[in-house]
Amino acid sequence: MNKTWDIPGGIHPPENKLQSLKQGIAEVPLPDILILPLNQHIGAPAMPVVKPGDTVLKGQLVAEPNGFVSAAVHAPSSGAIEAIEDRAIPHPSAMDASCIVIRTDGEDRWVDLHPNRDYRALTIRQLLNLVRDAGITGMGGAGFPSAVKLQPRQSIGTLIINATECEPYITADDGLIRERADEIVIGIDILAQILGNPQQILIGIENNKPEAYTALVNACESAAKNGAITSSIEVVSFATKYPSGGEKQLIQILTGQEVPSGKLPAELGIVCHNIGTVYAVFRAVYLGEPLISRITTVTGNSCTKPGNYEVLLGTPTNHLLGTAGFDEVLCQRLIMGGPMMGYTLNDLNAPVIKSTNCLLAADIVESPAGNPAQACIRCGHCSEVCPASLLPQQLYWYAKARDYDQLANHHLADCIECGACSYVCPSEIPLVQYYRAAKGEIRLIEQEVIVSDRARQRFEYHQERLTKAEQDRTAKREARREEARKKAAELAKNNSESSSADESDVNVDSEVIQAALARVSATKNSPEQELKRLERAVTAAENRLAKAEEKLRQCPDDDSRKKVLEAAVAQTRLRHDDAVNKLSRFKIADIASEQTQSANASAKLADDPTDKDQLASDRASLAIKNAQLKAARQADMSELEKLQNQHDSLQKRVEKARNRLEQAISDNDDNIDAYRVAVEKLDIKLNNSETAIANFVPDDRTSDTLHIEDSEQHN
Amino acid sequence: MPELSALQLLLTGVIAMVVLSAVFGAILGFAAIRFKVEGNPLVEQIDALLPQTQCGQCGHPGCRPYAQAIVDEGEAINHCPPGGQATINALANLLDIPAPELDEEHGEEAELKTVAYIREAECIGCTKCIVACPVDAILGAAKLMHTVIADECTGCDLCVEPCPVDCIDMLPVPKSLSDWHWDTPDQAVSTRRNTQLIATDREPDVAA
Repeated sequence: MNKTWDIPGGIHPPENKLQSLKQGIAEVPLPDILILPLNQHIGAPAMPVVKPGDTVLKGQLVAEPNGFVSAAVHAPSSGAIEAIEDRAIPHPSAMDASCIVIRTDGEDRWVDLHPNRDYRALTIRQLLNLVRDAGITGMGGAGFPSAVKLQPRQSIGTLIINATECEPYITADDGLIRERADEIVIGIDILAQILGNPQQILIGIENNKPEAYTALVNACESAAKNGAITSSIEVVSFATKYPSGGEKQLIQILTGQEVPSGKLPAELGIVCHNIGTVYAVFRAVYLGEPLISRITTVTGNSCTKPGNYEVLLGTPTNHLLGTAGFDEVLCQRLIMGGPMMGYTLNDLNAPVIKSTNCLLAADIVESPAGNPAQACIRCGHCSEVCPASLLPQQLYWYAKARDYDQLANHHLADCIECGACSYVCPSEIPLVQYYRAAKGEIRLIEQEVIVSDRARQRFEYHQERLTKAEQDRTAKREARREEARKKAAELAKNNSESSSADESDVNVDSEVIQAALARVSATKNSPEQELKRLERAVTAAENRLAKAEEKLRQCPDDDSRKKVLEAAVAQTRLRHDDAVNKLSRFKIADIASEQTQSANASAKLADDPTDKDQLASDRASLAIKNAQLKAARQADMSELEKLQNQHDSLQKRVEKARNRLEQAISDNDDNIDAYRVAVEKLDIKLNNSETAIANFVPDDRTSDTLHIEDSEQHN
Repeated sequence: MPELSALQLLLTGVIAMVVLSAVFGAILGFAAIRFKVEGNPLVEQIDALLPQTQCGQCGHPGCRPYAQAIVDEGEAINHCPPGGQATINALANLLDIPAPELDEEHGEEAELKTVAYIREAECIGCTKCIVACPVDAILGAAKLMHTVIADECTGCDLCVEPCPVDCIDMLPVPKSLSDWHWDTPDQAVSTRRNTQLIATDREPDVAA
């Protein structure tokens, strides 16, 4: 007898296993339709390889694994593919998911099978492929693809077969072992071969299943005796306690080793498989049959014929329940799985899948309506029964407060959701549901972190790309500017070489530029600023003139530069006069515009004699002043020039238009009318501009009149 | 053994202190140079908490600039609608300040996560949305149809505005089995009244 260890916590709920063990494994009549969800396992959903309308045979592949952690799906009976669509699936979310629907033809015809009775002749790789191609997943409830679990990176010293079946009501494994122990033993031998013949092979079974225990012991002995298996298998029986069937718990019971938090049993050299999985492996390898059926317990007071049924995968639950004498009126709650870890199934069309070990049709006695949850009284019962040695009441507070950091600190991830804490809670707090919700939220947050990290990275790359493009542009611009500067320098050099290197010339150049700049700024300046600027210009011109004259005086008579200097002085004087002129003109204009304003405001003070006296000194200015008074307020000399320019260009356009018209008339063009209209319009414009100029400067009237006469002649 | 005078004792003490401070100063100085942290680690920490939608609703051109502004300019931490109250709480926790409510001026917290979807038949291939996308999640070229890489789209909305033919919709991300999880019991039984009362206090209509 092997030594066993105890696990912390645990509970002893009523077992209720006898109801479903009264009869042997029963057959279920072939249903009309089979609904095969593509995702009956943990991992990526399978990819359909059939399309609606196809006929399939029993055991034919209908969906292949999509990735490493995925499992194939096979047709459980022969028939035609009716649809591939979203159907109700057994899942706590009550959501629909993609399913292959097969309408059975009743013939139940098999595909060609390839049994491997001499499985020892096969390599590990071949055996693994057989397991993988058969679509085998963990049959205990979680549904992890078995082939993945059978190729650990570590070498395996201990293979543990889980025949514990600790949850109340469920007897699927018990019933299976009682009737098919010999097949199971061969399945264990196959697994041992795949895992490289581990030194130790243990079958863990609770002591509430003496028949199954005896059957297993006998099967192992006879198989070892007649040489059917080479490995030595130990069947270990231990005290019944919920949840000793949890993988980590069973490992602790059988080996005394605790699987560290966040690690896999394989890291301790241990692999654990459910006994139902072992039987499926036997069928897959020894008989060549893929996983198309399983043993499911149908029990509960709402069923008149509770028991274990061999069900084709995809059988709708209402078909199975009908076989078991299900009374819908009596049923308070239909649970898929056991009473501790199962979930309510609301849609009876949902099918039986690979991990469906039990259907519990509980009546009101078995599943009374729960009382409302009350406040936690910190009794500590939950932490006494926790098989993972956690602090459930702390987890409860933190889950309620959504304090995910603290939940992590209190090892929420190690919770196996066995429900022992909820079972003993005197306040009937649905503790496990809090943990499940918190786990789900933490998982979502982790996913979001991954997504946001990727978004951050992409954003940074995006920014980097933009910066680089901007830098490239700047560099190009800089290069162009550099080139232009070089060219300009060369040009200047050439110019200075060709023309005589003259100081005053350069001065003139710079002054021209200054004047241009001044003009530009003048257009933007206010009258006060303009006045100041002009005054400054006059003073500067005076200074320059004085300096130039000084230079000229100092210069000896025979110097060759004298002439140049004289010219410079003359130029400066001109400029000075110009500046003075400008200043006086500006003053007059300024005063004139002021006067216009005052005239508009009160009476006609335009011809005020005092004003006239003040300005009489400059006759030309006076004339301009009169013009200002007559014209619009803002009018000034430059405006007049503009008008004249406009007038000139208009005249040219009129002439052109007239020529075109004449040409058109002589050619008898189609567009004569258009040209005529254009000429008329231009004439009107020309007249307008002439009137404007005429009103503007009365002194220039003669020339304007000439223009008008000119245009009249054209007309 | 010669008696140490008070002066000698004092001197010994002073020298010891000087030597110790010199040694530790040297160690600290070395550490300051050797383990100098590049950039402001607080910006990184804040940036890590932001949702990285890069939507600019906070008034900054992306999440990192907002994090920078929080650190450098003391920008308020409640300007991020996509992150919502959860992000504000996390930021408040990090910065050790009381958590304010979300500033509604910058938008409301979205109930559903959305993703951009281009009605491809209407797309004229103007590339304006591609330019607008902060995470380069739109694929296409000039005068060719564009499409959104849904997995990379952060749902920031920035591509909707520039589209001249208004062919971009923000669609809610469909709930799938992979992101389903159990509800907390509070939400699950919220329709039932008096769930927190002790059983004997229940009202008759609830018990019935």
